[in-house]
Amino acid sequence: MTAGADQQETGEQESGEPEIWELRLYVTGQSPKCQQALANLRQVCETHLAGQYRIEVVDLLENPRLAGEDRILAIPTLVRKLPEPIRKIVGDLADVERLLVGLQIRPGG
Amino acid sequence: MAAGAPWPLLVHAAGPELAKAPTGIAGLDDLTGGGLPRGRTTLVVGAAGTGKSMLGVEFLVRGARDLGEPGILVTFDESASKISQNVTSLGFDLTQLQDAGKLIVQGFDVDPAEIIETGAFDLQGLFVYLDEAVGRIKAKRVVLDTIEALFGAFRDVVTIRNELGRLFRWLDERGLTAVVTCEAGINQLTRHGIEEYVSDCVLILDQRVAEEIATRRIRILKYRGSLHGTDEYPFLITGGGIVVQPLSAVRLDHAAPTERVSTGIARLDHMLGGGIFRGSSTLLSGSAGTGKTTLSAKLVSAACERGEHALYVSYEESPEQIMRNMRSVGIDLATWVDKGLLRFYSVRPAASGLEGHLVGLEYLLDEMGPTVTVLDGLTSFHHVASDRDVASVVTRMIDLLKSRGIAAFVTTLGLDNAETSDLAVSSLIDTWLLLRNVESDGERNRLLFVIKSRGTSHSNQVRELLFTDEGPDLVDVYLGTGGMLVGSARINRQAEDENAEFERTTVMVSRQRELSRQAGEYQGQIDGLAAALAETRSEIQRLSDAADYRDDAVRSDRDSMRRQRWADAKPAAGEEPR
Repeated sequence: MTAGADQQETGEQESGEPEIWELRLYVTGQSPKCQQALANLRQVCETHLAGQYRIEVVDLLENPRLAGEDRILAIPTLVRKLPEPIRKIVGDLADVERLLVGLQIRPGG
Repeated sequence: MAAGAPWPLLVHAAGPELAKAPTGIAGLDDLTGGGLPRGRTTLVVGAAGTGKSMLGVEFLVRGARDLGEPGILVTFDESASKISQNVTSLGFDLTQLQDAGKLIVQGFDVDPAEIIETGAFDLQGLFVYLDEAVGRIKAKRVVLDTIEALFGAFRDVVTIRNELGRLFRWLDERGLTAVVTCEAGINQLTRHGIEEYVSDCVLILDQRVAEEIATRRIRILKYRGSLHGTDEYPFLITGGGIVVQPLSAVRLDHAAPTERVSTGIARLDHMLGGGIFRGSSTLLSGSAGTGKTTLSAKLVSAACERGEHALYVSYEESPEQIMRNMRSVGIDLATWVDKGLLRFYSVRPAASGLEGHLVGLEYLLDEMGPTVTVLDGLTSFHHVASDRDVASVVTRMIDLLKSRGIAAFVTTLGLDNAETSDLAVSSLIDTWLLLRNVESDGERNRLLFVIKSRGTSHSNQVRELLFTDEGPDLVDVYLGTGGMLVGSARINRQAEDENAEFERTTVMVSRQRELSRQAGEYQGQIDGLAAALAETRSEIQRLSDAADYRDDAVRSDRDSMRRQRWADAKPAAGEEPR
């Protein structure tokens, strides 16, 4: 994946644990869905991955070529870059249960 | 009528405002009257393997390469490198076009197993991408292949539908000519009812297997504001891309050359009023061994002698076989092959589908540009396809040759003694030569009839076809009270006739001489008699003169006597001196 972070935020202090969740959220400007997604993501990470995550927000309006390079069709799209394998989670992340399953924070279907 | 438009009404019906973007795909632009609606989205519906991706790619490649319209290919179910690979074998170098900034191939592989949906989303990523990419290369064309994959990857079908609807409007607003491929539905046109968002042009692709040969077909379901062919048209994915062969769009506006081409046989040319027309088609029908191949070989060899290129396609024999056989009748084809003027192409009918043969022929024509082409042994096609299909493909072959102004010789088996051909294409044929075997006196001889020859006051005479060491030739058949005689019988009869004639001449000459002699005799007699007559007449004259003299003398004696007697006295009245 190409780097192209607009903002980078790190949750609390790193605990030194090897497992870091590297997350990238693709948005297009400040649309309600994108804002909603970011808010939902932060909340879930704080709740379940405190100190273990990094969120990178990529605004495709500012880096339109990343859409093609990173193959991002749907907005918002959350990509779990680490831990492997890469997972793509699409939507405003309103469904927390599915988000947790998608991030494989919680086992499930 | 615009060049290349088979539908003359189209120009008037559509008006100038319906602009079209040519696909550059052989035949498709004919069907659509010039191409796809410019600035609009065309839906291409078809199952997997029907060639819809290929159509999209070719639309882009030809636009970018040949028509100065850069394009973007967005593929949802194949990676970009795989697409490139697939079409390289078709002669499309996507990498080169991409390097030249004329084409972008973008894969958005959407793997349903990889995507998890949680809540509301849209396809803004695609919009952002297209917006940037279109601007980057100033694209005029966009292909989305295939949107079916989107429906497969996302559970929220309603969102996908709405977003695609929005995308099509967006493409329209940008004036982009787009092709969107999707799969056919069961109870509706497309599986996800996407056709309701695309109202301008819908093409349907289909593949069916008949007689073990798969044929792809294309149909224009709708084309708003434009006349178009409504039938299903077979098409092929060939080494050079898609080739649509619209049978019913066959144009009858071929130029009608008045230039004649020699058949290589002077007497046959004469029978046809000076040869066959360039760009005309000649059917040569006849049963086995009537000389179809020989006449065909003579035609191509005559063309080569004039320095022209000729193509000989045989569906029955190998080039070596034909060359060997023709050498035995004085036609040396190998020389022309060596000089590069004559090209043989032997192919079994079963080697490919009928459409494949058509396309193969087109390639050969493109490659070598012959003025004369022979299609030998079309009958063999009946072993691999139905009569209707054979007639259809032969029609298109003939049409193809005609449209290029190539004189075509088509040979086919026909029934002896019947003016029929096993190809139901005789109505398309300009000149029809029938070869017939006639068996008599223990030998078979070949007869040639001109059944028809359009635009030519052709001979209605039958000729006998002879194969000599100098090649085929035609001779008059013997027509007389004994019927028609050919072969040895003709020769015998001719000899007899010549003898009789000689005898007649001899008798007449001697009789003439005899009579002349007699006439001379008579003339002699006449001359003799005339001399006798003249003698007699002069004798008569002489006698008559003598008599006159004597009378005069008598009178004068009497007068002197009277004077003596009556010197002294007048005679008494009434008394005559005695």
